[in-house]
Amino acid sequence: MKNLINKLSKVYELSDVVYQRPNFTYATTTKENTISLITQLRDLEGFSHFVLLSCVDWIEDNLFQLTYILNNPTQKYDIAIRCMIDRNEAAMTSAHYLWEQIATYQRELKEMYGIEFPGSPRLNENFILEGWDNIPPMRRDFDTKKYSEETFFPRERPSSNDPATYMKSRLHPDEWDGKIAE
Amino acid sequence: MSLFHIESDRSKYPQPGDDGKLVVDLDSHKYVKLWQGPNHPGVTGNMAIELTLAGDEIVQAKTHVGYLHRGFEKLIERRLFLQGMQTSIRMCVAEPDTNEYVYCQCVEELSGIEIPEMAKWIRTLVLEMSRLQSFLRVVPGQGGTTGLGIGVQWGMYMRELILDRFEELTGGRIYHMYFTPGGVRGLLPQGFKKRMEENLKEIDDFIIRIDDLMYSNAVFKKRTVDVAVINPSWVDKYGIVGPVARSAGFNRDVRKDYPYLIYDQLDFEPKVMNHSDIYNRSRIRWYELQQSVDLIRQIMARMPENGDFKAPTPNVLHWEIPKGEAYVRAESSRGEYGLYMVTDGSTKPRRVNLRGPSYTQAVCLLEDMLVGANIADVHSIMVSLQTCPPEIER
Repeated sequence: MKNLINKLSKVYELSDVVYQRPNFTYATTTKENTISLITQLRDLEGFSHFVLLSCVDWIEDNLFQLTYILNNPTQKYDIAIRCMIDRNEAAMTSAHYLWEQIATYQRELKEMYGIEFPGSPRLNENFILEGWDNIPPMRRDFDTKKYSEETFFPRERPSSNDPATYMKSRLHPDEWDGKIAE
Repeated sequence: MSLFHIESDRSKYPQPGDDGKLVVDLDSHKYVKLWQGPNHPGVTGNMAIELTLAGDEIVQAKTHVGYLHRGFEKLIERRLFLQGMQTSIRMCVAEPDTNEYVYCQCVEELSGIEIPEMAKWIRTLVLEMSRLQSFLRVVPGQGGTTGLGIGVQWGMYMRELILDRFEELTGGRIYHMYFTPGGVRGLLPQGFKKRMEENLKEIDDFIIRIDDLMYSNAVFKKRTVDVAVINPSWVDKYGIVGPVARSAGFNRDVRKDYPYLIYDQLDFEPKVMNHSDIYNRSRIRWYELQQSVDLIRQIMARMPENGDFKAPTPNVLHWEIPKGEAYVRAESSRGEYGLYMVTDGSTKPRRVNLRGPSYTQAVCLLEDMLVGANIADVHSIMVSLQTCPPEIER
């Protein structure tokens, strides 16, 4: 695996290389190099199986990390290529022509993180959410609790955390002394 | 040409455009739009397929998901590492133990925890039991899609036997929570192996009966042989894994290629076929059903009787995992099942992303496979791909 990384380093700018396991390596490259790097891995290095395209929101650095995990089924090892993109102008070159399933991943990332992949098929069609008009929900600044409180009707909740007291107040109100144990 | 050969007139069917895909003009009023799902006995789980039909032939299909979306991946980001367990397992109802394994293994890899030998044996046993109960549902379920309902009844009874063993071992029938970061929650109960062996004998008998019932049945063969054939060139193109890839001639099995737990000590060979139609995809699962029974017997015969089953872990309320990332995969009954976890040094994961086989097989592959298929075969095709919507939506 180190030979491959050395070989790729001569052409592409690779950083943060982590040899996580003997058959699994992570490496970061630039946004501009990412698609040509994974194309080379697919066409010349035998990484024919595309495993996963994922996104991590590093909100404190104002960056999105895109991770492309590729697998070489013959040599039986994986490589994960990371690239960082600006969170404010989140856009990345589409890789939908390399593997069919990438269009689905990109469609989901558009919906969940608001990342644009110009040219990707059916990018703007709803994937999981329907009629969503808030900020993309997988972004770190989307507060699920606040959204629920604002969107859904308030529900009556027990004032006590003690199940015995709560059940007594509901089932035997005559015997209940009115005190709520915390 | 035979006397009764009738050349079908395809002029009224849509013709391929420049990109090779069929051009469907909905304004021509020649086609019917039909939704199969989200609530329909002919779909697997809560998903919908928007079909465009010319007669009874499908000319366009679109998968719609979202009916089960509960935002698990988002919720896990706000939970402690131990709390994430109970959320992560619910991402797949059919086979939650694989979720337990990949989640625990990610946490252990990122924290540098090595689990005891005994825990590895028990985890492997539970994972194989999980594969077995999943196969007991899907193998006869394939017959059910062609109207052969009796096999489904038998299979569900057999599955209940395995769920009984799960209940005895873990306390739960569907969601077990038996794995925990660092190992498992306990040893096997007394007499567990004997009762499991009694169940396996019944399943042995079921395997023979389902062979007679389904795979020799003329109607089942007529409905499944040479239907929805997967070209081997599609396997990498669409990210096909598991029994579907193996039936197309690809000898890929995570248990063999990337051995985990104690799979490298077990004696088994993945079954490979070279013509992936519905019949062979079901047949290969029937072989793997036998393989799971055999593996459970091997594990029970060779596992140690006693030993540590859990490695020490930090206080779960203050468990901080250093910054890092891990991708862990396992072989579920549907194929490669992976979890990508990123940590940032805090008490909660920064990102958890599940990679289930259905993500590719139920969306882009199914949409393309259905074009040209008969509407009556939609359910059979979906079951043959073993699509599971919860792992698409997470």
